[in-house]
Amino acid sequence: MTAPKTLYDKIWNAHIAHEDADGTCLLYIDRHLVHEVTSPQAFEGLRLSGRKVRAPEKTIAVPDHNVPTTLDRASGVIENEESRIQVEALDKNARDFGVVYYPVSDVRQGIVHIVGPEQGWTLPGMTVVCGDSHTATHGAFGALAHGIGTSEVEHVLATQTLIQKKSKNMKVEITGKLLPGVTAKDITLSVIGATGTAGGTGYVIEYCGEAIRDLSMEGRMTVCNMAIEGGARAGLIAPDEKTFQYVMGRPHAPKGGAWELALAYWKTLFTDADARFDKVLTLKGEDIAPVVTWGTSPEDVLPITSTVPSPDDFEGGKVEAVKRSLEYMGLTPGQKLTDIKIDTVFIGSCTNGRIEDLRAAAAVLKGKKIKDGMRAMVVPGSGLVRAQAEEEGLAQIFLDAGFEWRLAGCSMCLAMNPDQLQPGERCAATSNRNFEGRQGRGGRTHLLSPAMAAAAAITGHLTDIRDF
Amino acid sequence: MDKFTTLSGIAAPMPLVNIDTDMIIPKNFLKTIKRSGLGVNLFDEMRYNLDGSEKPDFVLNKPAYRNAEIIVAGENFGCGSSREHAPWALLDFGIRCVISTSYADIFYNNCFKNGILPIVLTKEQVDKLMEDAERGANARITVDLEAQTVSASDGTTFAFEVDPFKKHCMLNGLDDIGLTMEKSAAIDTFEAQYQAQNPWS
Ligand code: SF4
Repeated sequence: MTAPKTLYDKIWNAHIAHEDADGTCLLYIDRHLVHEVTSPQAFEGLRLSGRKVRAPEKTIAVPDHNVPTTLDRASGVIENEESRIQVEALDKNARDFGVVYYPVSDVRQGIVHIVGPEQGWTLPGMTVVCGDSHTATHGAFGALAHGIGTSEVEHVLATQTLIQKKSKNMKVEITGKLLPGVTAKDITLSVIGATGTAGGTGYVIEYCGEAIRDLSMEGRMTVCNMAIEGGARAGLIAPDEKTFQYVMGRPHAPKGGAWELALAYWKTLFTDADARFDKVLTLKGEDIAPVVTWGTSPEDVLPITSTVPSPDDFEGGKVEAVKRSLEYMGLTPGQKLTDIKIDTVFIGSCTNGRIEDLRAAAAVLKGKKIKDGMRAMVVPGSGLVRAQAEEEGLAQIFLDAGFEWRLAGCSMCLAMNPDQLQPGERCAATSNRNFEGRQGRGGRTHLLSPAMAAAAAITGHLTDIRDF
Repeated sequence: MDKFTTLSGIAAPMPLVNIDTDMIIPKNFLKTIKRSGLGVNLFDEMRYNLDGSEKPDFVLNKPAYRNAEIIVAGENFGCGSSREHAPWALLDFGIRCVISTSYADIFYNNCFKNGILPIVLTKEQVDKLMEDAERGANARITVDLEAQTVSASDGTTFAFEVDPFKKHCMLNGLDDIGLTMEKSAAIDTFEAQYQAQNPWS
C-alpha cells in the first residue's frame, strides 16, 4: 500500500521530469501564461542564445498590466511610451515565437488569470506558471499554479520545466456555512488575517471544507488568488462536479474521448484520507464576517463592524508598522470603519473581475445612484466578461448608477496604466494589494468584496453590506 | 551566456567602497523591455550631468577607460537591491570581470548567471591591481579562469578561489537553462510518456 497523499503530492509527483540527489526537481509545466511586463527580457534572452520556445502551443500570452481600459483605446495608440513599447514587444514576441496570443484588439483579451480559465487553458491536475504572483488563482481548478521571475520565465520558455524543490503542505479548512453577505473575498482576507502575510511562506495551501465546496468556481478563484498574499507558494482546491461543469465545453478543454479520459483522471485528484499536512488552520464559516482592510498590508483586516486599531494593540515590529500605516492611511485609532469616507471605487482585477463579481455589485447598485462626487469604475476582467455583463444588462445598471464602464485589463489594481489615485485619495477596491502607493503614489486603498464596494459607492463611506 | 575562459583587458579603477546597484543602474531604467541596451545608463548618475552631458572626471568617461572590460573596485561592490539589471548593464557596457575584496551576495550570484566573473582578492592584492589600473591603457590585467589566476601588467600573479560548479558553468558558458538542456533527454522521455497518458494536456 502506498502512503496517503495530498492533492499537492499527487500533482507534484505527476510532473517530475528529473530529480537530483538533493531533491531539486525539474517540474514539467503544462501551461505557461505570459504578460507584457515580465516577459520582454526572457524573450530577448531566447533570441540572444538562438533558442526557441519549446512548447509554443502550451504558452499563452496576453497584454493586461499596461493597457488603457478607456473606451478610446480601440483607436489603438497607447499614449504612455514605455507602456506602448512593452505591449508592442509582446505583440512581436508572440508573433516571432509562435505562442498563443490574445492581442488588445481581441474580445478574448483580459487579465491573464481570467483569460486562462475562461478559455479552458487551465485544467485540473496541471502545472501552471506565469511571471506574476497571482498565478495562484488557477489553483481553484486543482492545478498547481506558481508565480515565477523573469529568469524563470525564460527557463520555462526554453525547457518547459521549472527548477523547483517541493514545498510543505498546509491545509486551510473552512467548515460550515457562510452567513448572508459573506463572500469568497471575506474568506480569503480572513484567512490572511489569521495567518499573517508570512504565515504561508514555504507552503502550498489546500483550501477545503464545506464553505469552500459551496463556493462557485469564481469564488474559489477569488480565494486561491490571494494565497500569495498569505505568503504561500500556491493555493489549491480539489476539483469536483462544479469544476468539471465549468471546464466542459470551454474552447481548449478536451472533447469527446479525451474528455472522458481526462475526467477519469481528474476524479483521482483529491487528498487521501489520513494524508499528512505540515500545518493546519481551521476557521468556522459562521465566524467569518464581511471584512475590509484598514492598513497597508492585506493582513490588516477586520470585520466591517470594528474600529480602527491602535498601534498598542500589536507587538514587536508590527507596532511601528501600524503607526506608519495609520499615518499613511490618514486614520485614527478608535474610528469606526463604517465612518471612513471614500472618494473612489474600483471594481475589477484578477481577484474580483469575473461575471459573478459584477453580478454581485450590480445587485446592490440596481436602481441606485453613486454618491455625488464619487469616482467609480468597473473594469471587467476580460472582454468576454464585459460582453456577458452587457448582455445580462449589468453594464446598464453600472452606467445608470454613475459608474464608468471600462474595457478589460489590470487597470487601477496596480496603476501601471493611466488609472491612478492622487495623493490622499481613498479607494474602496476589490483588488488584492493595499500596499503604499499600489494604486498611485500617496493613494489609500481599502480591500473588500464587490458588493461592499458597490455599497460604499452609494453611501460614500465604508458600509456593512448587511445593513444595506 | 558567453563562455569565460581568459580575458586580457583594460581595468577601470573604482576605489569607492559600497558601490550599490542603484549606482550601477538607477531605478528609472528598470521599465525597459531589454536586458541589453542598459550599458549607456551604467553608473548613470555618476556618469552624466542632468542635461545628459558626460562628467569628464568619471572614470569610464576618460579616454583611457572607455573600452574597459574589468572593474577594480572597493569593498562590498553590488550591494542594494536584487535587480538583475545591474549585471545586465555591466555586461552591456562590456565589463566581463570585477575584482574586489567582497561583494553583496545576490549581486555575486547574478554575475555568474550573466557570464561576469566576480573575483575576490585580499586588500593588498586589490590595492596592487588598483595601482596598475590607474595606469590606464598602458596596463592590461589578465585573468585566467581555468588556472584561477589574475596577473598584473608586470607579471605579478595572484591566485583566486571560485566554486568548482560555478567555474564549470562559466568555462562552458552554461546558465540554468543550459544545464537543464543537458537533461533534455530526460525531459523528452518524460514529455512523451506524459503526453501519451494525458493527451488533452
Ligand atoms: S489584476 Fe492586479 S493582481 Fe491581477 S494580474 Fe493584474 S496587476 Fe496583478
